[in-house]
Amino acid sequence: MENVEQKQKSIFQKVFEIIKTMASKPSGLIGLIILSFHVLLALTSPFYVPYDYKAIDPSLMLQAPSSEYWFGTDSLGRDVFTRTILGGRTALTVTFFGSLIALIWGGSLGIFCGLVGGKIDDVVMRIIDAFLSIPWILAMLLIVSLLGTTTIVLIPALGFFYGKGIVRVARAATHDVIAKDFIVSARARGHSNLSIIWNEILPNVRDAIMVEGAMRWSWMLLGFSSLSFLGFGVSPPTPDWGLMISNARGLMSFAYWAVLAPIFGLSSLIIGINLTADAFAKALGIDRSTKAPV
Amino acid sequence: MENIVQKINNLTIGFTSQKGEQISILKNISTSINKGETVGIVGESGSGKSTLALAMMGYVKHGLYTISGECLYHSNNLLDMNNRDLENIRGRKIAMIPQNAGQALTPNLKIGYQIDEALKLHTDFKKEDRDKKISELLNKVRLPSPEIMAQRYPHELSGGQQQRVAVAMALAGNPEILLLDEPTTGLDVTTQAHVLELLNVIAKDTGTSMVYVSHDLGAIARVSDRVIVMYSGEIVLDGPVRGILKNPIHPYTFGLLKSIPKLTSPGLPNSMSGSQPQPGIIKSGCSFFDRCNFAEDQCKSNTPDLEYLSDIKTSVRCFKYRDLINMKETKNDKIRSLNNNILENEILNISEVSITYAKQKFLEQLLNKTEDSNPTVKDINININKGETLALVGESGSGKSTILKSIAGLLKTKDGIIKFDKDIVLSNDLKKRDPANLRAIQLIFQNPDESLNPNHTVEEIVSQPLKLYFGLSGSELKQKIIEVLDKVRLGEFYLTRYPRQLSGGEKQRVAVARAFAAKPDIILCDEVTSALDVSVQAAVLNLLQELKEDFGTTYIFVSHDLAVVRAISDRVAVLYQGRLCEIGPSKHVYELPSHPYTEVLLGAVLEPDPDIKPKLVAEDIVEEKPPEQGCSFQGRCPRILGDICKKEVPPWQMGENGNSIRCHIKVDDLKKQQTIN
Repeated sequence: MENVEQKQKSIFQKVFEIIKTMASKPSGLIGLIILSFHVLLALTSPFYVPYDYKAIDPSLMLQAPSSEYWFGTDSLGRDVFTRTILGGRTALTVTFFGSLIALIWGGSLGIFCGLVGGKIDDVVMRIIDAFLSIPWILAMLLIVSLLGTTTIVLIPALGFFYGKGIVRVARAATHDVIAKDFIVSARARGHSNLSIIWNEILPNVRDAIMVEGAMRWSWMLLGFSSLSFLGFGVSPPTPDWGLMISNARGLMSFAYWAVLAPIFGLSSLIIGINLTADAFAKALGIDRSTKAPV
Repeated sequence: MENIVQKINNLTIGFTSQKGEQISILKNISTSINKGETVGIVGESGSGKSTLALAMMGYVKHGLYTISGECLYHSNNLLDMNNRDLENIRGRKIAMIPQNAGQALTPNLKIGYQIDEALKLHTDFKKEDRDKKISELLNKVRLPSPEIMAQRYPHELSGGQQQRVAVAMALAGNPEILLLDEPTTGLDVTTQAHVLELLNVIAKDTGTSMVYVSHDLGAIARVSDRVIVMYSGEIVLDGPVRGILKNPIHPYTFGLLKSIPKLTSPGLPNSMSGSQPQPGIIKSGCSFFDRCNFAEDQCKSNTPDLEYLSDIKTSVRCFKYRDLINMKETKNDKIRSLNNNILENEILNISEVSITYAKQKFLEQLLNKTEDSNPTVKDINININKGETLALVGESGSGKSTILKSIAGLLKTKDGIIKFDKDIVLSNDLKKRDPANLRAIQLIFQNPDESLNPNHTVEEIVSQPLKLYFGLSGSELKQKIIEVLDKVRLGEFYLTRYPRQLSGGEKQRVAVARAFAAKPDIILCDEVTSALDVSVQAAVLNLLQELKEDFGTTYIFVSHDLAVVRAISDRVAVLYQGRLCEIGPSKHVYELPSHPYTEVLLGAVLEPDPDIKPKLVAEDIVEEKPPEQGCSFQGRCPRILGDICKKEVPPWQMGENGNSIRCHIKVDDLKKQQTIN
C-alpha cells in the first residue's frame, strides 16, 4: 500500500462528489437540471409572476396563447402561465416534507424490525401488510374528509401512506447486514441496540433508504396531484397542477392550452425526480439494473 | 512434440484502467501441458492463477482482454475462437471443476439429471447408454449406490459428495484436460484428502491431463507432477514437484514454504514481510524485489527472465537462484518457539456445558417442555489457565465455533456453567453480563471483510471499544487509537482508511487491534487465519503470539487446520459432533497414542512434502447429528470395538503424557494398534 496521507472528507465534499458523479452521465445531468429548475421556480416565482393568479375576468375567458398571455387563459379568465409557474409550489412542498416523514418513520421502523426480528417483527410486518391492502386513495379521502385539506393534514397523511413501502426496503437492507460479523462483534462487546443501529447499521443501509425515499417522492407527487384532481388536495383558488388539469379537462377539445401547461409542468417534474433518483442510486453504488457478472 | 496438449505462448492479459493505462494481470506467460500430466498452479490471491486457468479454457473475464500471445489447444488458438467452436471444446475436450460445487450444481435438479445433461451435450450416447454411463461415472468418483445417488438433489449431499458429482460431470465428456480451480478449498481435512486421492486415481486411470489451481501447497504436493509458481502475474518457478518443494530455488517459493506451519516442525513459521504488489505498480525490475531477502541492486532495475535449467528441468525467474541451489538447508531456520508464561490461575472454567440449536415447538413451549436429549454440544468440561493458548480443533459441525459463541455470550447454553476468573459466573444472557466481564472477553473473527464495518474508517473501528469501555474521547481517544494501531504495526496514516482500501492481512490486523483495544483477558479467535494467504497467515500468527507475550492474554483458538494449531497452541481439545474426544498439551495430542478421531484428522493433514502421504483410515462420511447413545465417533471409527461403543459413553482415560482420551479402547492397546500401522 502506498503511504499517501489521506484527509478525512467533510460532508460537503462528499455531497459535492456525489452530485458530480450524478452529473457525469447525460440522464443524471438532465434530471438534475430539470429538478433544480423546478425547485428554483418554486422558490422564486412569486417575485416575477406577470399577473395575479386569482384575478377573475370573464371578458378574458379562454383566450388562446398570445404574446400577452403566453399560455392563454382559463375558463375564469385567469392567466395560465402565472398559474402554471406557481402551480408546483404546494405540490413540491407537501410532497418533499411528506417523503421526508415517510423516510424517517419508514426507515426507522424498518431498521428496528430488521434488528429485533422475532415476534415483534412478525406482528409489525403483518400490520404493514394489512395497511398495504387498503387502497391508499380511499384511505386518504377518508382522512381528508374527516380532518380537512390543509397542508398540516396532507403532509403526515401522505408521509404515512408512502412510508409503508420504505419499511420493507429498510428491513430488507438491515437483514443484509444484520448477520455480518461486525454486528455480532458489536453485540459481543455489549453495545446497546440503539448504538448498534446508529453506528453499525445506519451507515450501511442509509444509501438504500435514501434512494428509496427519492423514488417515493415522485410517486407521492403523482399521488398528491391525483388528490387535487379529485378535489381533495389543495382548495381553489390556490394554483395547483392537479386542480388545474381537473378544471380544464372538460374544455380540452377547444382550450387545450389550459390543460397542456399543467400536464407539462407535472410530468417534467416527475421525470426530473426519477432521473435524479436513478443517478443518485448509481452514484451511491446501488444500481438496480446491473447485469449478472457472466 | 506430439505429447503437448496445450501450449501457452507469451500470453499477456490485462485491462485498461480509468486513467487509460494498460495494466497486465498476466505477464508473458509461456508454458505447456503434456498429455497425462498433472500441473499444479500455485500462488496467493491476486497472483493471476485463476485468470490463467480460465484462459486455458479460452475464457477471459469480463473487463479483461488479451493484450498479446496465444493459448493453443492442439494448434488452435482458443483465445481467437468464436463461441460456437469453443462450445465444442469446452466440456468435451477441456472441462472445468469449480471451487464450490455446492454453488455450481443447480439446486432443484436431481444429480442424475444434471450428469445426463452434461452427457447429452458432450457425447452422442443414446438414452439407455447414458443411464448406464451415469452409474458408471458415479461409481468412478466412488459415490456409494449410484442409482440412489442419481435420484438425489444437490442439497441432500455433503460437500465432499457434491465435489465428487462435479468431478463426475466434468468427466462426462471424457475430456483431455481437466481444469480444477481450488477444488478442495472449502472442504474438511479428511474430505479434502479423500477427494485428492480420487483425483490421483482418475488421473492415472484415464490419462487425463489435469491443471490444479490452488493456494495450498499441501494439496498441490499430493496431486501434481509439476508445479508452476505464480507471483504478481508472472511465472516465477516451473518444474517437477519434488525439486520445487524440497529445494525451492526462487526466493518467493522459499519464503512461502517457510511460512507454512508444519506438523513435523512445531513452533511458529517464519513470515514474509510485505504483500504482493497491486497490478500495474511494478514497472521495471523484479516484482518480488520489495520482499526478497536475497535482492541486490540489479534486481530493482533489471527484470529477470524465466531461465530454464536443464539439469533440474526447472525454469526460474531470478538472478540469484544459484545462491539458493547451493544453500541446501544450511541456513538455520529461526522457527519461533512459544514462550508463554502460563500461570496456575484458572481464568475460565467451562463445566458440563451443553448447547442446543433445537427450537421449542409452540406446543412444547405451552407445556413447558425443554428437553432435547441430544444437543449439538454436550458435556464440555474445559478449564483454561491464565496466559494459555487453548485450541479447539475439529471438522465443520464439530461445535467448536458454537462453544466460542457461548463463551462470548452470543449463544445461550442449555446446561452447565461458564466461570470467569474463578468465581464470576458468566450469565447466559449477554444483556445481563457485567460490562467489565464483557470487556474481558473479546472476539476476533474469521473474515475481516465481514467483521469490519465497511462504512467505518480504521479510526472509527478501533475507537468503538475504547469509547464503550473506557469512555475516552477527543485527543486522548486519538492518542490511544494510534498507540493500539502501533502495536499491530499499522502506522498513523491508516486512521482515515476504509477497510476496502486495505489488504487482507492489514484488515485482520485492524480486527486484532480492535480486540486488544479493550485490554481483554481472554481473546476468542474464530478461524482467524483461514481467510488469509499463507504468507499473511504466518505474519498474523506471529503478531498474535507477540501480543500475547506482551500482555499475557489468554487465547482460545478455534481452527480446522491442525498444522496452524500445532504452531500456536499450548493445549488442544479435539471435538467431534459437539463432544470432546481428546484434550491435552499440544505436543502430546499430536503424538501417539491418540483418540481414533485425532488419528484420522492427523492422517489427513496435507504437508507440502511429496514424501509424506496422508493416511486415510476412515471414510469421509458426514454425519448430520450426533448419535443418541454411546461414543460420538462410532459412525466413522476405524477401531470400533462393537456394541459397547454404540451403547455406552466412553470414559476418560489418562494418556501417558498428560493428555486425556475419551475412548473405550485402553490407552496401551490404542498405542499398540496405532504404532503397527
